[in-house]
Amino acid sequence: MLHTLAVLVENHPGVLARVAGLFARRAYNIDSLSVCQTDHPAISRMTIAVNGDDQVIEQVSKQLHKLVAVHKVTDLTGQPTVDRELALIRIKVNNDTRLEIMKTVDIFRGRVVDMGRTNITVELTGDGEKIDAFIKTIHNHGILELVRTGTITIIRSEI
Amino acid sequence: MIFGYPGAALCALYDAILDHEIRHILVRHEQAAAHAADAYARASGQAGVCLATSGPGATNLVTGIANAYMDSIPLVVLTGQVSSELLGTDSFQEADITGITMPITKHSYIVKQAADIPRIVKEAFYIARSGRPGPVLIDLPKTVLAEENVPLQTPVLQLKSYKVFSKGNHGQIVEAAKALATSQKPVLYIGGGVVTSGAEAILKTLTETANIPVVTTLMGIGALPYQHPNFLGMVGMHGTVAANYAVHECDVLLAVGVRFDDRVTSGLNHLFATKAKVIHIDIDPAEIGKVVRAHIPIVGDARLVLEGISARLLSLEPPEVGAWRRQIRQWQEEYPLRHHTVGSLSPQKIIATIGEIAGGEAIVTTDVGQHQMWTAQYYPATRPRHFISSGGLGTMGFGLPAAIGAQVAAPEKTVFVIAGDGSLQMNIQELATVTQHALPVKIALINNGVLGLVRQWQKLFFAQRYSHCQLTGNPDFIKLAAAYGIPGLRVTADDQVEAALREAVACPGPFLLDFVISPEEDVFPMVPPGKEITEILGR
Repeated sequence: MLHTLAVLVENHPGVLARVAGLFARRAYNIDSLSVCQTDHPAISRMTIAVNGDDQVIEQVSKQLHKLVAVHKVTDLTGQPTVDRELALIRIKVNNDTRLEIMKTVDIFRGRVVDMGRTNITVELTGDGEKIDAFIKTIHNHGILELVRTGTITIIRSEI
Repeated sequence: MIFGYPGAALCALYDAILDHEIRHILVRHEQAAAHAADAYARASGQAGVCLATSGPGATNLVTGIANAYMDSIPLVVLTGQVSSELLGTDSFQEADITGITMPITKHSYIVKQAADIPRIVKEAFYIARSGRPGPVLIDLPKTVLAEENVPLQTPVLQLKSYKVFSKGNHGQIVEAAKALATSQKPVLYIGGGVVTSGAEAILKTLTETANIPVVTTLMGIGALPYQHPNFLGMVGMHGTVAANYAVHECDVLLAVGVRFDDRVTSGLNHLFATKAKVIHIDIDPAEIGKVVRAHIPIVGDARLVLEGISARLLSLEPPEVGAWRRQIRQWQEEYPLRHHTVGSLSPQKIIATIGEIAGGEAIVTTDVGQHQMWTAQYYPATRPRHFISSGGLGTMGFGLPAAIGAQVAAPEKTVFVIAGDGSLQMNIQELATVTQHALPVKIALINNGVLGLVRQWQKLFFAQRYSHCQLTGNPDFIKLAAAYGIPGLRVTADDQVEAALREAVACPGPFLLDFVISPEEDVFPMVPPGKEITEILGR
């Protein structure tokens, strides 16, 4: 099962290597990882999507927590969350397909952020499934380049 | 106290050592510096410190660091590094030692400026010693070491993200006491964590007041005196039959400072102590449930938690264990440790005689192999920190440098290293360190001319196809010791053992005893790897 971990770490060089190295040597599989500084400049937040059963995830969390540079590990799985991923996708176009592709982009609430004679670049945000669905839909037109950030996740506020 | 070896990147540091009262032991190979510092820590309870230069000096430490990491030994490792501006350029004697050691250190630092050194050193000692201890590495670029007129401020720890759990959850402690009080077949399964936390006194109280039998891991040896009536011996692959049967049959297993290593469980975690309610006490939360499911997990310091359980037990009826103790006594009588001696000199007798002569007061270090297992089985350690052995990593070559570290930590004690001829040769250059620093270590070489444990596996599990385990090029160890100025004696029969050991102990300096035994001597009992704990060979 895919779990999402929010990991607060010291914003130091080498911390990413420690986290990634831990996953590698204990044979855990990272599905996606995204990391950036938080509102506190000394602290970064990593969102790690990792596959495993409950026992594996418990070990991952505990081992992560043992790293001196790790402040806090939270398993967000099963909690009400907002999940977002950003994708930039460069798609092949010609005069016949341009409008159709742009319509599809509209339906997915994406934006065209760059346009050339033979290709356009689309920005799309959403959860991973939505981005997967968009890619599937426009795949036949030809994807020239694709980059995804990996999911970032935040807990929903209580109503 | 530093165990080290200089080099180009460390010239400024070694120059400064001359102006300070820091004792430095010059070794002959950096691996020995790490092992000696490791054993210094095991013998003294303080952190050990080792020092090596950049590149090959630092990489030579790697085995020693891994050894300390596996056995949770507090070590502060100082390495020289090339100048800051050369970092990452593949310059002369450059190695990414923080990268290389990331999986085998608790934490590491690359120092950016000399002004940070006081804080980093203070943090390193704190991290190395607190919680679950381990090695911390500080990489010191040459340019940082060469800085002059550095403003030194009182260091303040900056470790907001580092937490140590020590007290243990009260509710869980109550549950554990209840489980023990209502059990009929309890067992205490004791590991290195008990030694680390200094829990031997409360362990003795607990086992005596509630009459609970005790088994230990290799790392737990000495936590309860060998002669104690409640001590069943070591558990696991070469443990006693009674200890293994007791763990298999118990209804409550109080596991303290242990990590259910596969040398204990045979790697068959689902078949280990299946009839028991498992109480697992460990200071490292990640150990709980890692290998064997704990019914009552308690994260905390072994001494504090055991004190809590013991106090709670006083208000409860002690468990009724008469039938259980009778059952265990029957196993002990039926399957005692037996000498399976085939030659004229019994290795078990050598160990037992060292025990008699030392009276449990000596510190014994071992290498890794058959001699290590015989020592674990037969050396009557009476207190913790007196049996020093490479447990988790199983590092051949540990014994002699470990004896050096232990002797430096405890100059008033007799220190024995019990070595094999294979292991001794992995760090035999340290005989020069012994001589240079006039360390009176007694080297008991159990010499069978083969890699005994490998040969035993080939005998038992590979149809006696002996592959590359014969050490036919062995030197004359007496002459070799003599070349380093160390006297020695060869022993070939049982009736010479005691006199030879007495002569070695009476000698004011170091001494080497070459005990020549048959290569056919094997270590029993033995639970074959991957077999159930009850399928013991050589009962």
